[in-house]
Amino acid sequence: MHEPRSFRAFRVVVVVGLGLFTFVPLYVMVTSALKPLGDVQGDFRWWPTHPTLRPFVDIWSTVPLARYFVNSLIVCVVSTAFSVLIAIFAAYAVSRYRFVGRRVFIGTVLSTQMFPGILFLLPLFLIFVNIDKQLGFTFLYQTRIGLIVTYLTFALPFSIWMLASYFDGIPRDLDEAARVDGCRALGALFRVVLPAARPGVIAVAVYAFMTSWGEILFASQMTNDATKTLAIGLQNYSTQINVYWNQIMAASLVVSVPIVVGFLLLQKHLVAGLTSGAVK
Amino acid sequence: MPVTTTTPTSRAVGTVPPPHRRRPRWNRATPYLFILAAILLELLIHIVPMLVGIWMSFIRLTQFFIANWSKAPAAGLGNYKVAVDFSTPIGRALLHSFTVTCLYTLIVVGLSWLFGMSAAAVLQNSFRGRGSLRTLFLVPYALPIYAGIITWSFMLQRDNGLVNHVLVSNLHVLDHPPFWLIGNNAFVSMAVVALWRSWPFAFLMIMAGMQSIPDEVYEASAMDGASVWKQLRYITLGMLRPVNVVLVLMLFLWTFNDFNTPFVLFGPTPPNSADLISIHIFDNSFVNWNFGLGSAMSVLLLLFLLVVTGAYLLVTHPRSRRA
Repeated sequence: MHEPRSFRAFRVVVVVGLGLFTFVPLYVMVTSALKPLGDVQGDFRWWPTHPTLRPFVDIWSTVPLARYFVNSLIVCVVSTAFSVLIAIFAAYAVSRYRFVGRRVFIGTVLSTQMFPGILFLLPLFLIFVNIDKQLGFTFLYQTRIGLIVTYLTFALPFSIWMLASYFDGIPRDLDEAARVDGCRALGALFRVVLPAARPGVIAVAVYAFMTSWGEILFASQMTNDATKTLAIGLQNYSTQINVYWNQIMAASLVVSVPIVVGFLLLQKHLVAGLTSGAVK
Repeated sequence: MPVTTTTPTSRAVGTVPPPHRRRPRWNRATPYLFILAAILLELLIHIVPMLVGIWMSFIRLTQFFIANWSKAPAAGLGNYKVAVDFSTPIGRALLHSFTVTCLYTLIVVGLSWLFGMSAAAVLQNSFRGRGSLRTLFLVPYALPIYAGIITWSFMLQRDNGLVNHVLVSNLHVLDHPPFWLIGNNAFVSMAVVALWRSWPFAFLMIMAGMQSIPDEVYEASAMDGASVWKQLRYITLGMLRPVNVVLVLMLFLWTFNDFNTPFVLFGPTPPNSADLISIHIFDNSFVNWNFGLGSAMSVLLLLFLLVVTGAYLLVTHPRSRRA
């Protein structure tokens, strides 16, 4: 296609401008993680004087990074697993059955997505504290279980929505055939529908994991020193007066790489899911 | 060969039902069993807390009653009156926070959309390096929120950050390094950081929306002599409308409710210029331990969002209302 000169110039401006805007912080994160402490304490340097991997080692003793890591992993893996499982069931019902209350269910689930988190945080705090008081021991408030239960629901609306549209794309004849062969509803779901929807399931799992891995608002009140997640642990440290920036950049890099790689590998599926809902 | 012979047979089986075929019994309870877990969780984490939150806004729930909420005295509309009495410091602070949030939302949503649209438009036709650029643009969205924001807070440090180094030492725009994370500059910093993180999402959505526009439309208009600019204005923008409607709404809700950017940049008490509504309510609740007042403010926030969203949907979907 012919492109006028003005459009080419526009492209250069956009690519250079947005490219730098996006790239510079990533560059700072990576190069600063390789700097000795002296390089991040004085005037900013574009390049480490002596590139070193020490920050990646030291950060584990500067903050209890291992504990944060374990907490985040447990909370995110468990909540993702349950959230995907629950979303699969709900999406299957939404996609395959026309039942009374279906529209109300979809509408309620989706609308919770738009409500401000702070609206839920205050009462949830109160509910958790009082449930624990009734039980006589710490069960939900500032425990991993409380955080898991909360995070479970965060990815549910998007997951149900996306999986339902995935399931809609799988011909009903397939599960009817499975039923004829003697499968019950569950069998049809697990043997026929799920294998065909695998990309959607994986994308939903990545989304759920990303959501809980980066969650800050609830984690800031619903965790204590023992159950703190990476998000809160690193945030607390980074707002202190004297910060070892090289170490915290190293930590940020370590917690980001798996997520970014996972996202980039699966971006196609995520995009398809995001827009299938938007276009409808 | 085997394919051609089996196809007619299987089709014949499909059209003539075998004699023993039982109609699958569609149990009425089945769909409800499938959604049971989702309903219970939504009730526990969203619906019940929301109702409790509305109820909390009508009682005097201060630190003395947190673990003993049933004893908290009724407040009637007291909490609401305190929240919106603009002659008192509390009301003025809320109004200030609301204004800051509106301005912040306007800037971040507007520029996010503009950046996303521009990037998607210039990356539409293939050229060398397009794939890597697309990947680069998506990285800020994929990063865990706090990792990106913490990096920015390092860049915005006065004495050892990159921003002042570039402005003072490299470009000589400024003589003295300013503070970026306190005072009025904090607002600008916060908006830039939020923009850095949210425009890739706009880019992602618009790019995906563009893929669903058929090539023939562009080819036909190119034959009619339409330039790239005209195509962008009349075809792309028009066909992207459904995506844009949803995208702007999502950006609006996220940005207006944004808690993460100020919290990670500044901690629980941000500078006045960056006092977004979510963190303002958070402070009134957890720092001052006045949950009744915090709940009243949350309910007001929810009402505002409902009204704006409702009006927005009426304006963008005038026809579906009549239908």
